[in-house]
Amino acid sequence: MSQQQFMQNPWSNWMKGEGPDSDIVISTRLRIARNLRQHPFPLLATDSQAEEVVRKVTEVSESDAMRKRHHLQVIHMDQVNPLEKRVLVEKHLISPHLAEESRKGAVLLNPDESVSIMVNEEDHIRIQVLLPGFRLNDAWEIGTKIDDTFEKNLNYAFDETRGYLTSCPTNVGTGIRASVMLHLPALVMTQQISRILQAINQVGLVVRGIYGEGSEALGNLFQLSNQVTLGMSESDILSNLYGVARQIIEQERVARTYLLEHTRVTLEDRIFRSYGILMYARTVESKEAAQRLSDVRLGIDLGVIPGVSPLVLNELLVTTQPGFLQQHAGQKLTPDQRDERRARLIRERLADTEKPKGK
Amino acid sequence: MNCEECGKRPATLHLTKIVNGEKTEYHICEHCAQEKGDVFTGFHNFSINNLLSGLLKFDPMQKGVKESTANKTLRCETCGLTYAQFSKSGRFGCSDCYTFLGDRLDPLFRRIHGNTQHIGKVPERTGGQLKIRKELEQLKQALQTHVASEEFEKAAEMRDRIRALEQKMAQS
Ligand SMILES: [Zn+2]
Ligand SMILES: [Zn+2]
Repeated sequence: MSQQQFMQNPWSNWMKGEGPDSDIVISTRLRIARNLRQHPFPLLATDSQAEEVVRKVTEVSESDAMRKRHHLQVIHMDQVNPLEKRVLVEKHLISPHLAEESRKGAVLLNPDESVSIMVNEEDHIRIQVLLPGFRLNDAWEIGTKIDDTFEKNLNYAFDETRGYLTSCPTNVGTGIRASVMLHLPALVMTQQISRILQAINQVGLVVRGIYGEGSEALGNLFQLSNQVTLGMSESDILSNLYGVARQIIEQERVARTYLLEHTRVTLEDRIFRSYGILMYARTVESKEAAQRLSDVRLGIDLGVIPGVSPLVLNELLVTTQPGFLQQHAGQKLTPDQRDERRARLIRERLADTEKPKGK
Repeated sequence: MNCEECGKRPATLHLTKIVNGEKTEYHICEHCAQEKGDVFTGFHNFSINNLLSGLLKFDPMQKGVKESTANKTLRCETCGLTYAQFSKSGRFGCSDCYTFLGDRLDPLFRRIHGNTQHIGKVPERTGGQLKIRKELEQLKQALQTHVASEEFEKAAEMRDRIRALEQKMAQS
């Protein structure tokens, strides 16, 4: 795949929402932070020291073992424009930090974008595996193999007591951050979410929801991840996260069933209103789009709206964001222009899926 | 209300971020939101550094003056990072910083992780000896359990594997 295609193709593997529990778990992400001994961390490194790290990491990625499995392609951050960087951020392939602040940063991507390896982000190496649905173990298996290959060829900064040494003390030890992106509209509607979020904070996990006004999360999407990286083994971290996510998934299912049984008309009304707005609106702000898309997605998952693929929603979550809209338009857009384009894009995609699939 | 970033335009985006029960509110304009990255992916850069330096500065158990002057002269010989710089930025400069700052990091790690000792994965090559030692510990435990439950065949098997590993260690 060419660099251009990474920017223009809206599809990453993680959006293909076909994994286990994909009615609730949008994606699973695993990140492994590693550093090289005898190289200053990226925050202090000079440009030439940073380039040296990119060179070393790239060399390993071109080795036979790695090439056979992953076909990684290198994208140097100083060779992509700000809009393209933004698209990579919106696809969750690089962090805002790599896009905006790193000098001599790079990312290695495999063709289906399930593996992205950031170089010179906050740490020298950040291996990221991003899969659709609830697949923590698969993500770990892919990630740890890549880690092993790097380790065979590079001198990792590792210490017997502290484990893998990272730039930030919050990542030291295992260096792993595992997370699942959860769509929890029913727990939000039944107002159980705050109680659950409080409980989660007490077991070494963190939830990030980006909140709009009031208490509703944008698009009802929440990212659940481990907070502790030192003093717990990788399998403890993963099974802890797995167990808690499992509980939340079950609670969301219970809440969905409850809403269907007790407030069916109200629920259907809300879902179809959102669907109607998205089908016909001429301008939609990103915040409203996220909320309406969440309603429609719930409608699809509950079988209230038949005939629309949930994958369309995953795609729209990404393609209606500012970077993608502007990339698609081939120019910078004002917020008003973006709202208009967003509305049109959503209309067209939903209309597409309405037609019976002839083949 | 005006935007907290630029102070010029009216704030149209009101975000509340909750991390660990800590609530932070943001009021910014569309323009600055765009600069910062979109609402789905942005906004994770700001808080953790400030939080960390807060953790480092406040230690009610610390005896104060003496300890902190000792900290002042601490410096990583490899990258030159001082303790003061570290406590301000919450970031290490290189992997040797961990050695130079040493035990002083324990209280910080305890607060962040509730722990100070790594117990996870060990790299094959750079951590080879450690890996063998950990395996030895496990084998010795297994040996004891087998002896205790009178499974002597299995115990003998463990004993052989322990011997082989010990030889391997002596050689390397
Ligand atoms: Zn502003
Ligand atoms: Zn240092």
